[in-house]
Amino acid sequence: MLLSVKDLHTSYGKIRAIRGISFDVAEGEIVTLIGANGAGKSTTLRTLSGLETPHQGTITFEGEDITGMKPHDITKKSLIQVPEGRRVFPQMSVRENLDMGAFLRNDKDGIAEDFEKVMAFFPRLEERINQKAGTLSGGEQQMLAMGRALMARPKLLTLDEPSMGLAPVIIEVIFDIICKLNDEGITILLIEQNAMLALGISDRGYVLETGHIKLSGTGDELLSNEDVRKSYLGED
Amino acid sequence: MEFFLQLLVDGLTVGGLYALIALGFTMVYGILLMINFAHAEMFMTGGFIGYGMLNLFGNYTTIGIVSDALPFMSFLKSTQPFFTTTALGFIIMMILVFGTSAVLTGCLGMLIERFAYRPLRNSPRLCALISALGMSLFLQNFVLTFVGHRMVFPTPEFLANLDAINVFGYIFIAPIDMIIFCSALVLLFVLDRFVNKTKLGKAMRATAQDKDAAGLMGININSVIALTFFIGPALGAVAGTFFGMKYGIVTFNMGLFPGIKAFTAAVLGGIGNLRGAMLGGFLIGILEAMASGFVSISYRDVITFAVLILILIFRPGGLLGESVVEKV
Repeated sequence: MLLSVKDLHTSYGKIRAIRGISFDVAEGEIVTLIGANGAGKSTTLRTLSGLETPHQGTITFEGEDITGMKPHDITKKSLIQVPEGRRVFPQMSVRENLDMGAFLRNDKDGIAEDFEKVMAFFPRLEERINQKAGTLSGGEQQMLAMGRALMARPKLLTLDEPSMGLAPVIIEVIFDIICKLNDEGITILLIEQNAMLALGISDRGYVLETGHIKLSGTGDELLSNEDVRKSYLGED
Repeated sequence: MEFFLQLLVDGLTVGGLYALIALGFTMVYGILLMINFAHAEMFMTGGFIGYGMLNLFGNYTTIGIVSDALPFMSFLKSTQPFFTTTALGFIIMMILVFGTSAVLTGCLGMLIERFAYRPLRNSPRLCALISALGMSLFLQNFVLTFVGHRMVFPTPEFLANLDAINVFGYIFIAPIDMIIFCSALVLLFVLDRFVNKTKLGKAMRATAQDKDAAGLMGININSVIALTFFIGPALGAVAGTFFGMKYGIVTFNMGLFPGIKAFTAAVLGGIGNLRGAMLGGFLIGILEAMASGFVSISYRDVITFAVLILILIFRPGGLLGESVVEKV
């Protein structure tokens, strides 16, 4: 397993956001966590990236225990997150944002190569390369956030609600690119409220409810599960 | 006109000092959203360390007392004429004095951050503010108790023997003012390049804009914050030493007014914005000089702060402060 999470607990003060969740991500997979608001999806990703410290449980990445490591040390392991709400650096140009993505790398040629790749994935960014990131549209910021993450050459890319607040056309572009990245060998861990879309491209999925994992299965299994259809796909 | 230009020269000199101090305020605010009240004491500490170093090289009393007891001191005694009277020696001495003052004060700044601010990083912002106030009082009283309430700065012979620079025949610039203004410009330029062009500088800006996202980029937030707490106090120390050389005295509470003025400068330029702090520093300096020259020295601060209030009414974010609307 590339990533394996065992019995993870994280709290914000007295609020127990996740209460003992376990899941795995194998190399080359797309895995989705779905769940309602407040189910603990974002907390799970934040804990994986070291932004929150779990008080119980273990996170193993590539066979190494990374529980409780600082964000910059986890980034060093090529576990890269595209955070919720894009979180681009608003006062930096698009290029500077992409440079920050490659902060830990020193291989100039490799960085240049990845830069070209990102430009090819997101031609819109190339047009706005010197523009401040804060002036981009929501969709462009999402592209920038993903491009920035790619500049770190991720082994595991985690995405927190990449479709949030975007027009359907843009969401399609973003999900297309997620599939393409996966084809190139990047393992994907996705969090989505748009369960239909996310499960459609996923190998496997987990359903989170109030800090627990309630269901798990392949993408198709979950899509045809009655509970999932009722709760997350809006069907009666 | 002559009077105006003369005042302008004075204003630019003092403004350079304000700008150097203001950078420390604005950098810390930019990254931690905290007003580091102890920053004025970095200026003071820097002044005292500068005094100690200048004494080591140039003053006779300190060396006279212990000179023969220590081989190192007798060595210093023999090099003293070189440092205080020749141009080359003076330049080397200045670099050593300012370098030591900046590095030691920078380290002190990092220590303060580590022990007085970092433990409170996740507490309400008021806690760190109170801690900063406490640090300020502690440093003032520490210096007052263990060092002295004031030190008279020695003037190296070389500097004392230099004639004032005469421009157009009617404006006189004291050599020390010239040194202060030029050094301030060089330091401001270097800092600006550092923050905008180097990888580490960009990491500082990224951290200021979004700490979580910066961490996800692989930036060690704590190191960047420590670096900020080195650079700010180091620049403050340079200003403190220059202050001592210009006015010939350092006192334990000398940080108070320059501190308030520099903080004002940072707010005027747009707090959190480096170029704003530089601009604000020079503006406050010039404004002060003009107010004391054309109106009255007793109304100097009234006029300065009245202008500040006026500017903030029309530009609440400061002159260069921009409010980028973040899209979610």
